[in-house]
Amino acid sequence: MTFRFDRDTRRRWKDLAMNVAAFLCVILALIPLGSLLFEASVRGLRSITPSFFTLTTANGGIGNAIQGTLILIALTAVIALPVGILTGIYLAEYGKNRVGAAVRFFVDVMTQIPSIVVGIFAFSLILELGATGIVSQRLVFSTTTGVIALSTIMIPFVARTSEEALRLVPISTRESALALGIPRYRAILRVVLPSSSSAVITGALLGIARVGGETAPLLMTCLGSPFWWQGLDQPCESLPHTIYVFALGPDSALNQAAWGASLILVLMMLAIAIVSRVVVRLRSVSR
Amino acid sequence: MHPFRRSPGVGRPVSADTLGDPLFQWFSTAVALGVVGLLVLITVILTLAAQDSIRTLGLGFLTGNVWNPVPPLVFGAVPFVYGTLVTSALALLFGVPISLGIAIFLSELSPPWLRIPLTYVVELLAAVPSVVYGLWGIFVLGPVMRVSIEPVVQNIFGFLPIFQGNPIGTDKFTAGVILAIMIIPTISAVSREALLAVPDNQREAALSLGATRWETTRVGVLRYARAGIFGAIILGLGRAVGETMAVTMTIGNRNAISLSLFDQGQTIASWIANNFLNATDPLELSALIELGLVLMLMSLIINIFARLMLGRVLRHGEGAA
Repeated sequence: MTFRFDRDTRRRWKDLAMNVAAFLCVILALIPLGSLLFEASVRGLRSITPSFFTLTTANGGIGNAIQGTLILIALTAVIALPVGILTGIYLAEYGKNRVGAAVRFFVDVMTQIPSIVVGIFAFSLILELGATGIVSQRLVFSTTTGVIALSTIMIPFVARTSEEALRLVPISTRESALALGIPRYRAILRVVLPSSSSAVITGALLGIARVGGETAPLLMTCLGSPFWWQGLDQPCESLPHTIYVFALGPDSALNQAAWGASLILVLMMLAIAIVSRVVVRLRSVSR
Repeated sequence: MHPFRRSPGVGRPVSADTLGDPLFQWFSTAVALGVVGLLVLITVILTLAAQDSIRTLGLGFLTGNVWNPVPPLVFGAVPFVYGTLVTSALALLFGVPISLGIAIFLSELSPPWLRIPLTYVVELLAAVPSVVYGLWGIFVLGPVMRVSIEPVVQNIFGFLPIFQGNPIGTDKFTAGVILAIMIIPTISAVSREALLAVPDNQREAALSLGATRWETTRVGVLRYARAGIFGAIILGLGRAVGETMAVTMTIGNRNAISLSLFDQGQTIASWIANNFLNATDPLELSALIELGLVLMLMSLIINIFARLMLGRVLRHGEGAA
């Protein structure tokens, strides 16, 4: 009798212990996040003044870095969103066969290519094209090359998120549209895509947040620049690159500014995350 | 295909609508194949740009451990591959148990009201840019490692050769910890999906036999989902191998192979990030691009393996992670 009681007690204790251990894992993972957000707020706020946003990085501000990041994001989105969403449409609407499965597999793999490799790719692409004389070699270190790198990262990501979004639309919606006699492409563009638009937008915003924080591919493409933006064929500064340079900078004022820039970058990411949630809510309410 | 479709030339003239369908299907297929073509293009371009190094250095590149950018030019990749493997192994060592704990808690044990907010917060870990982790690693984690964690580890395990030397806080150990933090959201999100894909009758059967919640998870759920969990871990490994900024900023950047985790080191990615713009000789630039090619092939193999493991386990990919 006692043996049995002991064993059940032990089992119950073990159950409790494993519950606590699993919960501790969650807490343990959240400590770095909490610490990071806390430090970025406390240290970052100290460096944030009006001139922090209006000066260039040459003078300890981040104005040109914010400008550069916004330009990079906008240009990347213009290229990557149409291509990515079209690929998503193919995968969701026409890709239910072997070719589609293969495309999906490789697009998945592409989302995991290290971003620095993509940077080397954009650099080498312009270098090789420059060697044949199609484009100017000068273009290697330019906004354009940076946009090529960031688009290469964003396209597979948006393709998969918009495929997921389109798959959320029930088959019956497609059938009803087709039953009205409209051709399939119109059904996709006018019925299926709009009814999944909130999820597509969420995916697009997540993609933007992802490329907006990239540093490694910009190291060998956009470089960085102490000036305000100078054109598509010139190097350009960006927030993540500024953080990198300031963090490794020799004096503590620069390190301080790195925290300020990080706070702005993290706030931009959080804003995107929140906006995407609000978009989803507004869309679902209005319908 | 359509029983009432008019043959061309009969009845109404062919409108844009009858042409639209095949055109749109053709166009979106072409775009999708173009995206996959991009993967081929990346491989081709990198190989082209690295051909100088591939021809001149041959296999010596993969077996050499000297990187000498002044004559006699010698470039070897071994120290960086070593650093990448060591830091990634550390990341898995620390990251996997915590990620599995999170996945189990979020899918099996958590009270329902806590589930969604906690899932969202853990996902936020993935939203923080790599360079911000690097900054935090330099000024917050590094000092903590140097002052508190590494001396304690050394006191306990100091007899092991991997924990000898002077703990400085910017070393392979710290880089491994940062990587662990960064791969936690990936592994926990994908293995949580693997756990959620386990049918409920697995749980019900175990519970009806009188198993506790943990026994149910261990016997009924974890076993069933082990292929998916393994795939999730490999996916995390893929992320760790390619991660650049946070590692570059915390690993100390010294080109040497040393056993101690408290020594500075270098990974493939961090070496490229540090040296790409300083390459003086065209052959060195070519060698750095070949290093990038090696990194890409490593990541491709790891990720293809992970996807095959995950296969049909997950209905959809891990999306944001």
